[in-house]
Amino acid sequence: MSPPAAESYLSDGRTLWSWLTTHDHKRIGVMFLVLTLFFFFLGGLFALALRIELLTPGRTVMGHLAYNRMFTLHGVTMVWLFMIPAIPSAFGNFLVPLMIGARDVAFPRLNLASVYLYVLGASVALWGMFEGGADTGWTFYTPYSTTTGTAVLPVLVGVFIIGFSTIVTGLNFIATVHTLRAPGLTWMKLPLFVWAIYGTSIIQVLATPVLGMVLALVALERVVGAGIFDPARGGDPLLFQHLFWFYSHPAVYIMVLPSMGVISEAVSAFSRKNAFSYRMIVYSTLGIAFVGFFTWGHHMFASGQSTFGSGAFGAMSMLVAIFTAIKIFSWLGTLYRGSIAIESPLLYTLGFMFFLFFGGMIGVAYATTSLNLHWHDTYSVVAHFHFIMVGATVMAFLAALHYWFPKMFGRCFPAKLANGAAVLIIFGFIATFVPQFLLGNLGMPRRYADYPPHFQSLHVASTAGASLLAFGFLAIAGYLAWSLRHGALAGDNPWGSEGFEWRSASPPPTHNFSTPPQYPTGPHEYSREEVPHAA
Amino acid sequence: MNELLRRLFFLPEQGSTFAVEVDHLHYFLLLTTLAVAVGIGAVGISFLVRYHRRSASDPTPRVVAPGWMEGLFIGVPLSLFLLWFVLGFKQFVWVMSPPQESLDVYVTGKQWMWKFTYPGGPSAIDTLVVPAGRPVRLLITSRDVIHSFYVPDFRMKRDAVPGRYTDLWFEAPKPGRHGVLCAEYCGLDHSVMRGEVVVLSPADFGAWQDAQRRNLPVAALPGARTPESMAVRGEHVATAQGCLQCHTVTGAPHIGPTWLGLYGRMEPLEGGGAVLADEAYLTESMMDPLAKVVAGYAPVMPGYHGRLSAEDSGALVEFIKSLRPLRPGTPAAEEPVYVPTGR
Repeated sequence: MSPPAAESYLSDGRTLWSWLTTHDHKRIGVMFLVLTLFFFFLGGLFALALRIELLTPGRTVMGHLAYNRMFTLHGVTMVWLFMIPAIPSAFGNFLVPLMIGARDVAFPRLNLASVYLYVLGASVALWGMFEGGADTGWTFYTPYSTTTGTAVLPVLVGVFIIGFSTIVTGLNFIATVHTLRAPGLTWMKLPLFVWAIYGTSIIQVLATPVLGMVLALVALERVVGAGIFDPARGGDPLLFQHLFWFYSHPAVYIMVLPSMGVISEAVSAFSRKNAFSYRMIVYSTLGIAFVGFFTWGHHMFASGQSTFGSGAFGAMSMLVAIFTAIKIFSWLGTLYRGSIAIESPLLYTLGFMFFLFFGGMIGVAYATTSLNLHWHDTYSVVAHFHFIMVGATVMAFLAALHYWFPKMFGRCFPAKLANGAAVLIIFGFIATFVPQFLLGNLGMPRRYADYPPHFQSLHVASTAGASLLAFGFLAIAGYLAWSLRHGALAGDNPWGSEGFEWRSASPPPTHNFSTPPQYPTGPHEYSREEVPHAA
Repeated sequence: MNELLRRLFFLPEQGSTFAVEVDHLHYFLLLTTLAVAVGIGAVGISFLVRYHRRSASDPTPRVVAPGWMEGLFIGVPLSLFLLWFVLGFKQFVWVMSPPQESLDVYVTGKQWMWKFTYPGGPSAIDTLVVPAGRPVRLLITSRDVIHSFYVPDFRMKRDAVPGRYTDLWFEAPKPGRHGVLCAEYCGLDHSVMRGEVVVLSPADFGAWQDAQRRNLPVAALPGARTPESMAVRGEHVATAQGCLQCHTVTGAPHIGPTWLGLYGRMEPLEGGGAVLADEAYLTESMMDPLAKVVAGYAPVMPGYHGRLSAEDSGALVEFIKSLRPLRPGTPAAEEPVYVPTGR
C-alpha cells in the first residue's frame, strides 16, 4: 500500500518538455490515451449532430452538404483517430512491456515518433475539416472522391500520415514481443492481451501499406487525373473498392482483436479463473489475423463482381466468424465455477460479449449472399458495424480504462457511479442501434440526409438512445477526471488480479520493475487444483 | 405465419418472387440467431448468479476445456454458418441468372435521377413501368459516379457503375407500386434520388404500351422525325464512330468480327478459352478492346472509354442484338415495341 511514490513514471520529470521528449512507453501510452479520448469526444459530437438532423424528415438543423460532410468527419475521426489507435497505441504501449517483464519497447524513439506522426496526420486532416471538409464518406469511393469539389485532399494526406503511425506501432510491438520477453516467459505463457496486440500488429504491418497506396492513388487521380479509377480514362472504379477493402476489412480486426485481448484479461481477473481454453483463444487470434485478409469481397456482392467470386468471399467470411464464436465460448467457460465480482470492467465485458455476439451473428447473416442484396448499404449495416465498433471496441475500451485506471494513475474511482454509468451506456447503446437494425430491414439506405416519412419513428427512438449514451460518456469523463486527483489510493493490485502487469507497482516506476519478475506459471492462473470441467 | 414474422422483423412488403424466397431465409436465420442468443444469455446469467463472489477469498478450481468440447465449439457454429451459406448462395445464383424470356429495360443512374429506356422506344425519368408475372431484366449503368438501384420491396439492389453494365432481374407477381432508392452514396442529393416501379397487370401494361404509342405525336405525323428506337440510334452511333469500317453487319469477316449473330454466341478467344458475347462482354470490348480479343483477329481496336456515353454504348449493344441471323436459334430477349423501327 505505497502512495504514488516519488519514483513513479508520472513524477519522473513534471515539465511539459519532459513529456514531449519522453522515451518511456508508459508516458507515450498515456499521451495516446489523452489524444484518442479527445478525438472520441469530437467524433461523438459529430454523431450527435447527425442524430439530431435525422430526428425529422426534411431539413432539421443542417442542409444536405453539411450532413454529407458531417458523416464523413464522424467516420474519419472515429475510425482513424480513435478506433484504430485507441487500444493498441494507448493500452498496448502502456501494458505490453509490463506484461512481458521488459523495461521498455524495442524501439523507444520510434515509439515517440509514432505520437508525432499521429498528431501531424490528425492536424492535416483537421485542417481539411476547417477548409470545409470532405463529403465522400470515410470510404472515399471513386469516382465520387476524385470528382467532388470539397477538401478531400487534406483528409487523404492526413489519413496517409496516420497510417505510418500505425505501421510503426505495429512493427515496434512485433519486435518487442519477439526479443524482449523476460527469461522463462515462453510464447505459450504470454498473457492473452499480448497475443491480441501481437496479432493486431501483424495486420497493421501487412494491411496499412495497402491503404497508404490506395489513398496516394486517389490523390494522384485528383491532382493530375491519372486515370487509374476513372472509366473515362480507361480506369476501373471497382479497383478502388478492391484495394480499399483489402485494407479496411482487416482493419476491422485491428479494432476488434485488441478488444478481445482486453476482454480475455478482464474475464479472468473478475471471475478469478484461468482462461477456459487459452490455446483456442491464441489460435483463433492468429486465425482471424490470417483469414481476415480473404474476405474483403463481401463488401461488394452488389457491385457487379462475378457471382462465383461473391460465393467464394461469402464462404471465407463464414470461416472468420468461427474464430469469434470460439472466443465467446471460451469466455463463457471462464466464468464457469469462478468467483465473479461484478465491477464496472466486468459490466462492460458482459456488454461486449452480448454486442459482439449479436453484431457478429448479423455479420454472418450479411455474408449470406442472397440476404446481403437486401441489407447491403442500409441502416442495418450501420447498426451492425456500430455493434462491432462501438458495442465491442468502445465497450472494451471502457473496460480497459476502468480495469487499468488504478494501474496507470494509482487511484480508484467511485465504484457505484461507475457501475451506474456502465448500465446507462449499455442500455443507451441498445436503444440507439437496435432501431437502426429495424430501419435497415425496412429498407432505409445509409448516408441519407433526408428520408421518406415512414422511417421517422425508428429514427426518433435511435436519437433518444444516443442522448442516453451521451449522458453516460459525460458521467464517465466527470468521475474519472475527479478521481485523477481525489480518488482513493489504489495500492499495487486493487483487483487482486494475477495478470502479469500487476507485478510492478501501481503506478509503475520509470523502469517498470525494481527486481526482475519471475514466470513460473502461465498467465491468469488462480488455482493449481485441477478439476474436470463437468465436476 | 409469413405475415406475422415479416411485421415482427420490420421487413417491407414482398413485391417480387425473390422477396418471398429470401424472406424465408431471413426468418430462419434471425430466429436461429435469437434462439442461440437466448441460450447463451441464459447460461451467462446463470453463471453470474450461481458463481457470484461471496467472500474476498473464494477459492476457485482450475478448469480447462476438454478437447471434445473445443471440437463442439468449432463444429456446431461452423455447420450452422455453412448451412446458411449454402441456402443463401443457391438463392443468389438464381437471382443472378436472368431467364431467357426476360423483358429488357436499360437503366441509367445520373446525379440525381433514374432514367429508364425501353429498347423499342421511349424513355422515362424516375418511373419504371413493368408487367406483372413476367421476368424483367434491368441493364444498369451510370453516367457519372456509382449509384445503386435498390427496391426494398424486391429485397435486392445492384450498383450502377460508370463504364460497365450490371444487371438485375425480378418478377413482380402482382400489380402495385414500389419505391426505388439509391443505395450507394453519390453526392449532395443522394438521399432524394428516388424513383418508383409501377407494376401493371398484363392487360393494363398492354394498354399502357398502346397509350405510349398514341402519345408519341411525332410518329403519327407524316414526314415528322421518327422517334428512334435504341437499335436505330445504335446504328447511327456505329456509323458516326466509325465502327462499321472494321465490323460488318452482313456476316462477312473484316478487320474485326462481324456483328451479325454475334449477340449470344460463344466466341473463342486469342490465347485460349471462350466468352459469351452478352451485354457485359460487348460493353467491355468497346471500353477495353484488348482485354479479350476474339481468336483470329489482330488486337488493333482503339478503346472507346470517354468517347461513348452510357446511352450510346447501350444503343450500340441494342443494335448488335438486333442483328440476328436468319436461322432458328435460341430466342433472343423480347422487347416491347412502340413504333415501327424501320427494320
